[in-house]
Amino acid sequence: MSNGVLVDVSKCIGCRSCVTACKSWNDLPDRTAQNTENWDAPLQMDSDTWTQVNYNLVGQGTQRKWRFVKRQCMHCDEPACESACFTHSFLKTKEGAVIYKPTELNEDYCVGCRYCMIACPFDIPKFQYEKTFPYVQKCRFCYDRMTDGNKRPACVSACPTGALKYGEKEALLAEGWKRINGNAQYVKHVYGEKEYGGTAWMYLSDVPFEQLGFKVNVTERSIPSYTWQVLKWTPYIFVGWGALLTAMRLYTKGQSQAHDVEEMYEPVDPK
Amino acid sequence: MSKARNWSFRITWFRLLLILFVLGAVAAALYRFYYGLGAVTNLSDRWPWGLWIGFDLLCGIALAGGGFSTALIVHVLHKDKYLPIARAALLTSMIGYIISLISLFLDIGRWYNFWRPFFYWGFHSVLFEVFWCIAVYTTVQILEFGDIFFEKVNCPPLKKVLGALMTPLLILGIVLPSLHQSSLGSLYIVAVDKLNPLWWSMLIPFFFVWSAFFLGPAMVTIEGTLAARAYRREAELPVFQSLTKVTLWMMIIYFIVKIVDLNYRGVMSLAFNGSYESNMFLFEIIVFVLLPIFMYAIPSIRNKLWGVLTASILVVVGVVFNRMNVVFTGMAKSVGGQYFPSFWEFLITIGMWSFLILFYCFVVENFPILAKEEHVSHGSGIPSKPGVPA
Repeated sequence: MSNGVLVDVSKCIGCRSCVTACKSWNDLPDRTAQNTENWDAPLQMDSDTWTQVNYNLVGQGTQRKWRFVKRQCMHCDEPACESACFTHSFLKTKEGAVIYKPTELNEDYCVGCRYCMIACPFDIPKFQYEKTFPYVQKCRFCYDRMTDGNKRPACVSACPTGALKYGEKEALLAEGWKRINGNAQYVKHVYGEKEYGGTAWMYLSDVPFEQLGFKVNVTERSIPSYTWQVLKWTPYIFVGWGALLTAMRLYTKGQSQAHDVEEMYEPVDPK
Repeated sequence: MSKARNWSFRITWFRLLLILFVLGAVAAALYRFYYGLGAVTNLSDRWPWGLWIGFDLLCGIALAGGGFSTALIVHVLHKDKYLPIARAALLTSMIGYIISLISLFLDIGRWYNFWRPFFYWGFHSVLFEVFWCIAVYTTVQILEFGDIFFEKVNCPPLKKVLGALMTPLLILGIVLPSLHQSSLGSLYIVAVDKLNPLWWSMLIPFFFVWSAFFLGPAMVTIEGTLAARAYRREAELPVFQSLTKVTLWMMIIYFIVKIVDLNYRGVMSLAFNGSYESNMFLFEIIVFVLLPIFMYAIPSIRNKLWGVLTASILVVVGVVFNRMNVVFTGMAKSVGGQYFPSFWEFLITIGMWSFLILFYCFVVENFPILAKEEHVSHGSGIPSKPGVPA
């Protein structure tokens, strides 16, 4: 059974209880807030901040309104980070969480190359640059709670308005479409149903997703499938190219005059 | 053979300066290992890869492309007229790879885990292929170099073993770089929707390996000219001229495939929309692809040392420019934020390239790498000018 969360943007009031719950459950240090033109809170995600709420002022004139979007790891069905990692340090568990094995399962294979950060289409993995031996950090879907009697993630349990709903992914998707079809105010799209091959966290909204800072019109193929399309040729190229080169070397050998290579070169005398 | 000659390394003021850079870089590297990446680099969550990966690794490996293209031409196709440059190409390539491995080691956060990828078969990762190929290919090059090493250092049994291994080593020494030069491009396939479509393509592995290959002859031309100047020898102009044919035809194919690929994906218009990316792309294609194609194609330019050298410099700078566009220009819009390397990142980079020059000088002065003077074709019309002291 794979779990997910359905986020209903139209129900979010931007209280950031989820952010506080995340910091508190995962024992993450807080950072001093900065006053800027940007209303997002916290301002950005980092290695100690695994979720944030984006504040978007949308619409015109009297229709002007705030919409708040909680951001965190989307927990892709086929994660780019998992496929990009050459030490298997990320894992999509059968419960639906994408976890980082060095901190979650105490399997310290990560070399800290940060290719996962290049690979992630949502720019989620963050790095502890200030540490001598940094870990990659990101939302872990409260994997400890999930495996402990399938408890809801800390953020979901803290949500006072029901904007976040935890459950079995397929059931949540069905419920999402039921809400969309039962209420004309929703955009007819569940973000995360198909994006990058599907994600465990899915969003409903009454405002077009592009106005909320979502990447829209993205590929519906999973990212690992792109990579594999190229990588699967590796063994054939290795054998085929190697055989071709060997054949060419043997074929042209006869045309070559014998050279005494040892007589051909000499050390340079630095005058 | 001057086996009798002892080891020598002349110290000049220029070399002393390079040694200072190397020492500075070593100190900065030790500091980085102890205090972490944040203490010395300007890398951030938005820019996880910077100067060391973008320049030292991606460009360093590409610039070392002279090794495998020369090996293919000389040892597989047996084009003997290129033998005089074969060893110099191997040497530069080998040092380039060693530098790339060092910069990779510097760049990884949890460096004590560097050996892990050998044992965790992440074959679904492009980086896995890159890591294995680069590591094995560096070993192969060191073994190939061993054959030269034992011409000076007498050890008949080892020399014999290496001699017997030479054919498989040479073949591996072409197959492995072909694979990872393309894989360095495939690394960015994962960045679909992040890397600007002018550079993102399913063909990016082809573009990377193809450009690394045609860059080879250009790099050999530059190295050869520099070495000739430094050691007051005559540049191997006929070899360079003849090699331009390889680069010329490969660049024409590169250009055609690039245009077809852009049209096929329907993103050609992006090249002309006046954005920063489009200008950088046009600059890359016009100045660093089309211009050298014309310079190589016109005999009166190609047959002069300045002509072939200028065109070759354009080719080499063009490949570096292309890699920089992939790593920085093409990614900037999607990741946001700013990145400019710190002083320490520059120092370590400069130190590593200084090491390359010093090591090259040491090896060619002590081992039979460059062709004997009487093998050099005369009548090239290039007077050996009083050179820069290397």
